Amino acid sequence: MNSKLLGGVVIGLLLCLAALLAPWLTPRDPNRQDLSAIRRPPVWMGGAWDHPLGTDSLGRDLLSRLLWSARVAVVVAIGATLCAAVIGTPVGLVSGYFRGRVDTILMRVVDVWMSIPAVLLAIALMAVLGVGLLKVILAIVLVDWTRFARVIRGEVLALREREFVEASRAIGLGPFRIMAEELLPNLVPLLIVLASLEMAIAVGVEALLSFVGLGVEAAVPSWGSMIAEGRGYLLVGWWGMTLPMLALVVTVVGFNLLGEGLRERLDPRLRTEAAR
Amino acid sequence: MPALLEVQNLKTHYRLGGWLSRRRILRAVDGVDLTLKSQQTLAVVGESGSGKTTLGRTILRLLEPTEGRIVLDGQDISRLSQPRLRPLRRRMQIVFQHPYASLNPRKRVGQIVAQPLRIHQVPGDHRRQVAELLERVGLPASAADHYPHEFSGGQRQRIAIARALALRPDLIVLDEITSGLDATVKLRVLALLRELQADFRLAYLFISHDLSVVRSLSDRVAVMYLGRIVEEAPTEMLFERPLHPYTQVLKASIPEPANRGSWNPPVLVGDAPSPVNIPPGCRFHPRCPLAQAVCREAEPELRELAPGRRVACHLAEAPPVLARDDVSA
Repeated sequence: MNSKLLGGVVIGLLLCLAALLAPWLTPRDPNRQDLSAIRRPPVWMGGAWDHPLGTDSLGRDLLSRLLWSARVAVVVAIGATLCAAVIGTPVGLVSGYFRGRVDTILMRVVDVWMSIPAVLLAIALMAVLGVGLLKVILAIVLVDWTRFARVIRGEVLALREREFVEASRAIGLGPFRIMAEELLPNLVPLLIVLASLEMAIAVGVEALLSFVGLGVEAAVPSWGSMIAEGRGYLLVGWWGMTLPMLALVVTVVGFNLLGEGLRERLDPRLRTEAAR
Repeated sequence: MPALLEVQNLKTHYRLGGWLSRRRILRAVDGVDLTLKSQQTLAVVGESGSGKTTLGRTILRLLEPTEGRIVLDGQDISRLSQPRLRPLRRRMQIVFQHPYASLNPRKRVGQIVAQPLRIHQVPGDHRRQVAELLERVGLPASAADHYPHEFSGGQRQRIAIARALALRPDLIVLDEITSGLDATVKLRVLALLRELQADFRLAYLFISHDLSVVRSLSDRVAVMYLGRIVEEAPTEMLFERPLHPYTQVLKASIPEPANRGSWNPPVLVGDAPSPVNIPPGCRFHPRCPLAQAVCREAEPELRELAPGRRVACHLAEAPPVLARDDVSA
């Protein structure tokens, strides 16, 4: 296992643990306000152990909020990535396998779609859809399915020329069976890599949407909204903004490491014949 | 014996160039007639670019014919739609040139060999049938649980042969199957193919660029040049007395132990012309050592000179006859 992959796996596991165990790990309700204890510093800066990472400007426990936010991040990352893959992969398969007119039409749609700035499109979609976890996922999927379609199409264009595809045509498989039985298994390594990179993007976009107030509901803690709330008190309580940012950065870097590490391990073009 | 496969005036052309560049036609197969009888082997030989691989794939309808007929056991399959063709695929199979590319790297050998049985819903226990097929091609039945990359080139070619045999076809197209194999492995694969031909009553369309390999396996040989057959004859006759100048050059270029040391193979001038730009007259005339005026003007027909022996050369008979034709033309 290379070091990138190791780092990615560790960060991913920690994130999933935090998300799964948030109700048991957290000492208190992440939304409970305590106006007698606002902007308490973390323990290493003279804070008390009842709020290990301090509190925000409404006296809410930061550690609890950070852990509960991990749930949003994990759900968005997995949900948005799965849906984007489920939409984008068939489009890429059909486009790359049939080529010709089908390919031209589908890829022009993708081109136009991708020419709209992604963040702008996501913000516009949320403004229309309204806030909420499922709507955040929907917005990310609508923005990002083209990434899967594009990359899968490219890979299929190369794969379809391999002789085993012709062999299955000689056996009598129809085009859709060839895509499902012959091409799809060969796309799995690529899909895994694409998915982990996509998760990093999804987490980032979710944080961005929550930061501008168009993400999950206000009652649900999210790193993006925590950053937004802490921003106003940066000079009097820097931890309120910095800690969620740190969590976000570590998560995004972790998913990217996971994707890069998997790519180095799974992509045959990056692997020498002897190392197989 | 009735013909299993009859190909008449088959053409496979490709259009090159988009809407901005000049349109050109690549004539990969350009008017091929051939007949293959049941349980016989017809070899198609020619250098790269002669269209022999395209011919094999067009016969199986993996490529679309531009013109002509492909008759399999009395039924014209050249215009059938792919879904209507599917049941007929049981009767004709193919083994490809690259055993590394023709097996899906993500599937186990058992799945690969069982796939045709599954697709055509062959009754019976597929696991057992796969084990029998693998043993029949000289592999252990346990090979079914392994992935293709665990096998050598020769073994993979055997796996591909087992897959082609699974549906008990009447015809197998063997597309350059020995070209990637070592000499000893090649001989063993050829011996296996001979055994299987007798046991499974197979007809082979054996495509190769290597005349020496062809000799041991085929009943008849057709020599292709630039998309056309220039000579076709029973194997021994062709080797004893090749009539077409191109066949003569091909035959003379086979190294033989007898003339070791003094061997001085004839060399053809230049490469074969591009199938986009086929020379007028006889397509071989720019490289033919014997070319005459007539060769530059008229394309020779594939004529039957003796029973079962066809040649497309103006000079195939005695040259004086040709001289008179030349004058009258």
